[in-house]
Amino acid sequence: MIQVFVKEFNSFLNSLIAYIVIGAFLTGIGLLTWVFPETSVLDYGFADLDTLFSMAPYVFIFLIPAITMKSFAEEKKMGTLELLLTKPLSDWSVVLGKFLATWALVFLALVPTVIYYFSVYKLGNPVGNVDSAGVMGSYIGLALLAMIFSAFGLFASSLTSNQIVSFILAAFLCFLIYMGFDSLSSFGGNAALFIKQLGIIYHYESLSKGLVDSRDVIYFLSVTGFILLTTKVVISSRQW
Amino acid sequence: MLLLHRKKMSLSVSHLTKVFGQQRAVDDITFSIEKGEIVGFLGPNGAGKSTTMKMATGYLPATAGSIQVNGLDVTTHSIQVRKMMGYLPEHNPLYLDMYVHEYLHFIGKVFEIPGSKLKSRVAEIIELCGLTPEQNKKIEALSKGYRQRVGLAQALIHNPEVLILDEPTTGLDPNQILEIRKLINQISSDKTVIFSTHIMQEVQAICDRVIVINKGEIVADDSVNNLLAAQGQSDVVVEFEGEVNSEDLATLEGVEKVTVIKSGIFRLKAKNGADLRAEVFKFASERKLSLIGLRKEENTLEDIFRSLTVKETVT
Repeated sequence: MIQVFVKEFNSFLNSLIAYIVIGAFLTGIGLLTWVFPETSVLDYGFADLDTLFSMAPYVFIFLIPAITMKSFAEEKKMGTLELLLTKPLSDWSVVLGKFLATWALVFLALVPTVIYYFSVYKLGNPVGNVDSAGVMGSYIGLALLAMIFSAFGLFASSLTSNQIVSFILAAFLCFLIYMGFDSLSSFGGNAALFIKQLGIIYHYESLSKGLVDSRDVIYFLSVTGFILLTTKVVISSRQW
Repeated sequence: MLLLHRKKMSLSVSHLTKVFGQQRAVDDITFSIEKGEIVGFLGPNGAGKSTTMKMATGYLPATAGSIQVNGLDVTTHSIQVRKMMGYLPEHNPLYLDMYVHEYLHFIGKVFEIPGSKLKSRVAEIIELCGLTPEQNKKIEALSKGYRQRVGLAQALIHNPEVLILDEPTTGLDPNQILEIRKLINQISSDKTVIFSTHIMQEVQAICDRVIVINKGEIVADDSVNNLLAAQGQSDVVVEFEGEVNSEDLATLEGVEKVTVIKSGIFRLKAKNGADLRAEVFKFASERKLSLIGLRKEENTLEDIFRSLTVKETVT
């Protein structure tokens, strides 16, 4: 697993992918948080980072599928998947190695935004008047959300050898689980809360209040685990 | 005794069958390869060579039958078997965006070569496969011949006991083919090698033994020499100046059949592979005929291959 992780992560760094992902994410989020008047923290006048945490998931919906779209699709097309899977690597270690590499890259893009926190911290009046627990919780939420998106991206990539199909499918799945369930819940009647809880927003918002509830963490972990299992099954399905 | 016998087998395939939908790609084939043997896996396109190899590496499951490598079953001891095996898939897939060094390093890590030895092993394999001048390039920048060497290098990096090469020379120019063949000869001294091809000369040049497969079935499994001897017939083509009666030729000792190619040119088919040239020469000198051509024509592996595989299709 380590070998696959290192190889995948290096291939992000050696190609332009890593720099484009980090650059695009930071530019987009930076503009939204500090420059554009509708969403700028400076114009808003309150020392919080809501803009960052409410916009980042939407950026991830497009960014993460773009990172993962080639992971299995390209290997299938080039035939290198056969090479990889006839080496002494279990199917799990291939899936997990690729998953962790994707997640690590997203993490790397997220790390520089810690500067935003310090900026807001200094801008507060009095200095340091920021809901630090909320920010911390939001970061955890965002990292967990990226985890689910990465898993969905890999899953979509494992289904096809066409990268465009993989991208669109992954973006759709991420959108569905992030917003879809939340929006659908209004039709839900008695089951509304249950439907709401299937989606990410419910748990993400709960984390962003600064309270790390084990139920929310378990939700993120179990959804990720399930999607990764499905991906592994798809990869192993050649054996049927 | 049986157990002892089995232990020597590097690769044993028994009653292997693979069905894709309606098509029987591999149909109940059984063979075993001893340690150190080089076996050519020969067959026309679509005969089931690649499918058999994919099953031997554990990439595809068999519909029925089993494959054992050094006594370990491919499906139940998959990871152990893969550690003992070097595999070059058909079309030689490679990570084109990686550097030669980086790629071999990665494959070495996958085979869990300890870090201290990995560097020297990569250097060694680069040397062995003649990749030294290209070692700092990206794989996508390499020519097809060099890519093939990289493919061989990754299959060899962990010094496997069993080497499975799926059409290692397709698409190369004649010089490159010779080089790759030389490389295979060089590395195969202490390994069991099975490689598929549809090029006959290759088998004659490299292999001890040849397995011919057609439509998923084994049609011949023998040493190259035996196969030539058993199937091979030597014909003699004679050319006389002036008219000669073909019936006179038919009376010669050892002649089975005479065919007239042109006036004065005959093809004599011998019984039991006997050499007819001495007889023909005697015949000519007795009758004071001027013999202007006398040529022995041996059946090549190519003819044998064609007769084996085409016969199957007709019947």
